[in-house]
Amino acid sequence: MATEASQPRTRAPRPSIGALEWLRQNLFSNWWNGLISLILLVLVFQILSGLLRWVVTTEGWIAVTSNVRLLMVGRYPPDQIWRPELVVALIAVLLGLSGGVWRGIPLVLAAGFSVATLVLGLISLALPPEQAPPVFSTRLFLFGAAALAVLAIAAGWRLRAPLRWPLVAGWILLYPAAILILRGSGANAIGTNLWGGLMLTMILAVSGIVLSFPLGILLALGRRSNLPVIKWFCVGYIELIRGVPLVTVLFMASLMLPLFLPADVRVDAVVRAIVAVTLFSAAYLAENVRGGLQSIPKGQTEAARALGLNVVQTTLLITLPQALRAVIPVLVGQFIALFKDTSLVVIIGLMDLLGAAQAVYTQPQWLGIPGGVWRETFFVVAGIYWIFSFTMSRSARQIETNVNVGNR
Amino acid sequence: MAATTPPGQPTSIPFYRDTRVIAILVQVAFALVAIGTFWFLYSTMMDGLRRANLLPSFAFLRQPAGFPISESPIPYDPSRTYGYAFLVGILNTLRVAGVGIVLATLLGITLGIARLSNNWLLRNIATVYVEIVRNVPLLLQLFFWYAMSQAFPRVQEAISVGGLLFLHNRGVTIAWPHANADVGAWVPWLWAGLLAGVGFYIARRIQFVRRDRPGVALPWALLIAGAIALLGFVVTRLVAGQWPVTLEIPELQRFGFSGGITLTTNFAALLFGLVIYTATFIGEIVRSGIQAVNKGQREAARALGLSNAQTLRLVIFPQALRIIIPPLTSQYLNLTKNSSLAVAIGFPDLFAVAGTTLNQTGQAVPVIMMVMASYLSISLLTSLLMNWYNKRMQLVER
Repeated sequence: MATEASQPRTRAPRPSIGALEWLRQNLFSNWWNGLISLILLVLVFQILSGLLRWVVTTEGWIAVTSNVRLLMVGRYPPDQIWRPELVVALIAVLLGLSGGVWRGIPLVLAAGFSVATLVLGLISLALPPEQAPPVFSTRLFLFGAAALAVLAIAAGWRLRAPLRWPLVAGWILLYPAAILILRGSGANAIGTNLWGGLMLTMILAVSGIVLSFPLGILLALGRRSNLPVIKWFCVGYIELIRGVPLVTVLFMASLMLPLFLPADVRVDAVVRAIVAVTLFSAAYLAENVRGGLQSIPKGQTEAARALGLNVVQTTLLITLPQALRAVIPVLVGQFIALFKDTSLVVIIGLMDLLGAAQAVYTQPQWLGIPGGVWRETFFVVAGIYWIFSFTMSRSARQIETNVNVGNR
Repeated sequence: MAATTPPGQPTSIPFYRDTRVIAILVQVAFALVAIGTFWFLYSTMMDGLRRANLLPSFAFLRQPAGFPISESPIPYDPSRTYGYAFLVGILNTLRVAGVGIVLATLLGITLGIARLSNNWLLRNIATVYVEIVRNVPLLLQLFFWYAMSQAFPRVQEAISVGGLLFLHNRGVTIAWPHANADVGAWVPWLWAGLLAGVGFYIARRIQFVRRDRPGVALPWALLIAGAIALLGFVVTRLVAGQWPVTLEIPELQRFGFSGGITLTTNFAALLFGLVIYTATFIGEIVRSGIQAVNKGQREAARALGLSNAQTLRLVIFPQALRIIIPPLTSQYLNLTKNSSLAVAIGFPDLFAVAGTTLNQTGQAVPVIMMVMASYLSISLLTSLLMNWYNKRMQLVER
């Protein structure tokens, strides 16, 4: 035993195989596999070469490159563009500091952010310059954001521990701060009817998760409660919302919310959409949190009660924190779903990223381009959605493995 | 014991610290707040509606709808009532959801198996497909497929796929089985096959129970029924000189295709988008279900001498099915609910018809209530059906 333990741990040797052997094992192990491989090879080659030829030769990209602002912020006033830019800069700093402090996934995300902004900056160099640059040009902003993220990573890396709690507070404050910055104040406030593009998509998705959090947790606790009135109210709400499509909830909010409130209370369209998304998301969040609560062993509650904690203390200090930690990956999954689902606000007439895409490819100046520019627009917008969703789903998977490692 | 109670204090707990009393008080308070809120919302709404002279009533359901519906499984014209139009919407939703569920399941199972294939190329293409499609919003994909269907050539220049499927800007025309005049001669054969199959199945089951041995009766029963039907098919051909049912290939005529069935572009785009999107989720469910079956099961089956296909069919799949069914149910429900996006690409489903009704009558409250009730009923029915199936499939433990 002792000799075995003292031996250095090595992986089992992996037989190295040549390229031909690899091909035989993985593509042509029998005649059936070989046939599938051949057909697929031809198919992949056809699709990829067709795609590449289209990407290089099409002239429709001009529709996207000349509408970057519309896709990003919708009809937000151009001279106020520094507001969303300030929010992105805040995110860059927070993300960079988090990357430096916690390393791991946040570091990858922060590095990814700075690389992405850098690449976008380089792309913008190749495009014709803007006619009237606002306070400072988009290029400067992109390179600045990349540099800011890198600097923040370095700062976080040096300072480390003392930054932890301020950073958590910063992330929590980011949402209200961002809304305040984008809204402005006083007579110059920017109405939410001007919000649009990717910015609106982000705001809707983040609002849906952030605002539905308290409601969702209450519903989850209510559904597990021993009090029949509260329990059946929560069950009814959750099942009603989960049984109908998001479109109906959006429709109900946009049509019936003005009816429910006194005539002098005006609620604009974006707020109505946020209310709908929040009410919708809360039901799903409640089910996810309930899953987490169910995974907590009963002994935890019993031990807490034995120590003299009352029901509220037991929930807030013992079960809920553990449950929330367990469901983080699921919540990221819900956020991704919500991020994609916010595109449905197009149906009630808001101009989010997808709505902006529609506005772009229906512009009359592209009528001359044969076949229209819808392919190019959808390609780019789908790419934007994809990058965010894919990054988040990969992060969720990574968090899941980390959480599981901790439990072992 | 009495000595522990200080003198001058009651021995019982005061009522405001009695958990039973607290529980009742909390619930009463909760109920009062909930009812009060609802009452406030309801009364402000009724006030507003009264002022707008739009008091909710279901009377409009009996008035003529007056709007056309582009496609309907039952005869419809604008002189029909709103209630009838709503029914058309429900049928259209059920049609797209039903066909979509079947196709998405087939594609999803294929995808799930492809992702576990030992063919490197197949496995990775399936992965790329899943990762691309499920990370892009469904509505964007629907817009894309719809825009693409609008860009198809005119009927006269329809794109032919293997001579059986034609894409053109009026829709998708598909070759479809067509019953010929002599189909009546074949029907008795079908009945005979059915009876023989059922009879065989029952007889075998009785035999199994008598001998107290397990056994499989269904494959042979199906085979017998199929053989009789096929025999009848051939006999009808020999007697009548014509196959009873033939595949009707669409033919291009002057003003469009004749024969086969034609799906409208809206329906085709919606169905295609829903199937492509939902199949990726079903594929992931199938894959994880198969992977979740204990490795020892596969090894034991192989050790017993079962072939690779037998292992999959008799050992892995039945066990994976138990893990797959619950999440599969929620995907079916998702597909049904997502079919409401039809409104964005002009397919007259339940939600689209309700939207038009709402615009014309202004009866927001009854219409939204009807829409929600319809979706809830469809969801509950699907859940009930799948829960029943799930119960049948569950492991019967000792």
